[in-house]
Amino acid sequence: MTNRTFVMVCLTPLFIFSLAFLALPLIRLFLVSGESDAGWAIYLDIVRKPRYLNTLVLTVLVSLATTFAALAVSTTAGMFLVRNRFRGRGTLLAVPLAFPGVVIGFLIILLGGRQGLVNQLTPGHVVFAYSAIGLFLGYLYFSIPRVLLTVMAAAEKLDPALEEAARTMGATPFRIVMDIIIPGLMPSLIASGAIAFATAMGAFGTAFTLATNIDVIPMVIYTEFTLSANIAMASALSIVLGIITWILLLIARSLSGSTVAGGG
Amino acid sequence: MFKSKIKMLQLAVTLSACAFLLVPTILSVMAGLTVNYFKGISSGLTLKWVYQVWELYADSIFLSMWLAIACLFCTLIIGLPAAYGLARHPGWLSRLLEEFISLPLAVPGLALALALLQLYGSMKGFRASWTFILVGHVLYTLPFMVRSILAVLAAMDLKTLEEGAASLGASPWQRFRDIVVPNAMPGILAGALTVVTLSIGEFNLTWMLHTPYLKTLPVGLADSYASMRLEIASAYTLVFFILIVPLLMAMQWASARAQRITQ
Repeated sequence: MTNRTFVMVCLTPLFIFSLAFLALPLIRLFLVSGESDAGWAIYLDIVRKPRYLNTLVLTVLVSLATTFAALAVSTTAGMFLVRNRFRGRGTLLAVPLAFPGVVIGFLIILLGGRQGLVNQLTPGHVVFAYSAIGLFLGYLYFSIPRVLLTVMAAAEKLDPALEEAARTMGATPFRIVMDIIIPGLMPSLIASGAIAFATAMGAFGTAFTLATNIDVIPMVIYTEFTLSANIAMASALSIVLGIITWILLLIARSLSGSTVAGGG
Repeated sequence: MFKSKIKMLQLAVTLSACAFLLVPTILSVMAGLTVNYFKGISSGLTLKWVYQVWELYADSIFLSMWLAIACLFCTLIIGLPAAYGLARHPGWLSRLLEEFISLPLAVPGLALALALLQLYGSMKGFRASWTFILVGHVLYTLPFMVRSILAVLAAMDLKTLEEGAASLGASPWQRFRDIVVPNAMPGILAGALTVVTLSIGEFNLTWMLHTPYLKTLPVGLADSYASMRLEIASAYTLVFFILIVPLLMAMQWASARAQRITQ
């Protein structure tokens, strides 16, 4: 057997598997999305019908809020942990990386549900787990460790000499953050922000446990498919969602060169 | 003064982030071990709920472990030779193939599950068997295995090593077995631990692909959150933590080790 044939034989199982279980199913998904009475105009329905448009807007808003909150919290905490030699403490914050979305949903219920911590500690009836706030907190819980790890890796490569130079020239701490630290971290901030946004957009597990009253895109896909049997719409929404998250992660990867496991 | 104020703020944010991540986790562990969560820890500690979880959900725990092992086996069989092929044959076609199999990292599991269901849902025997869930898990974890091995292979001078062996008369298969596999070991280990960790925790695809007779651990978790009392749901989450946290630690250790080699 020649070298070239051996290499081809090595690639064959991968080729067959991804053809049978990735390429063909995705083609089928796309074809099914055009099979309803609406035809390909179903993609226009997503922006024309208020039910889908409102859901899309809400999903984007919650995801944006998650992204900015996760970036703010993780950058502050990440810089602090790196600069104060708390590197070991970082691993403690990495434990939630292994929690799937459903578990995070449950943890938010323990915080803000009817039997939750906040409701027990505060007077009155404070239940936020099943609202947009609960969803936001769930996504935030999912994103903080991921953004934190990326930011900490980048923060370790920052040159402290730049900050010292700025300080000797009389720059205020605010100017140092704005002119040196943020620009230095920018590629990793954009990359991890894109990952946070994409995972929040596509998060199903967290939404499944928390979003009983509010609609986000993954939940609408799920209910269209299982309850309404509107398979064409479920497929069309899946494709739109998939393209959005794929493009975002492509941007993230071109900037940071690595992908942290997604899938909330 | 101003600087220490900023430090205090940083410390406050860091501590709140830690509290936000850890307090619910601790609450969940405690709830799984207290007799009556609503009355609080004063009602006493018990393992009753954990036993009850074992009686109710042992099947789903074993199914998840079995799936993880089967998934590891499949990703090795497909991923190891593929990573070698991609490393030996770099070019736009390989880049494209790698990019394509990485789609499940970016596209939500829900969408992939819908796609699988629509193509294979009508094959009743396949749809109802555990191999259908396995396909979903392999689809999702395969890119991690391939990339983990590929990163290690790309960092070493594979061509020179192989040429040396070939000049001594080693066949392609011998070179693969005696040079590529031993050298790729750190990548294989990191990939394997990632695959097992992700497979045990996978929910998004599995929820769509599972049948009432085939519930994995996370599917059982969602089930218990919806229909069981809080203590049982928490005890089940605790069982999951005990399984997943050591795996995560091992995975991070192995990934850091593999990364040191590639640098």
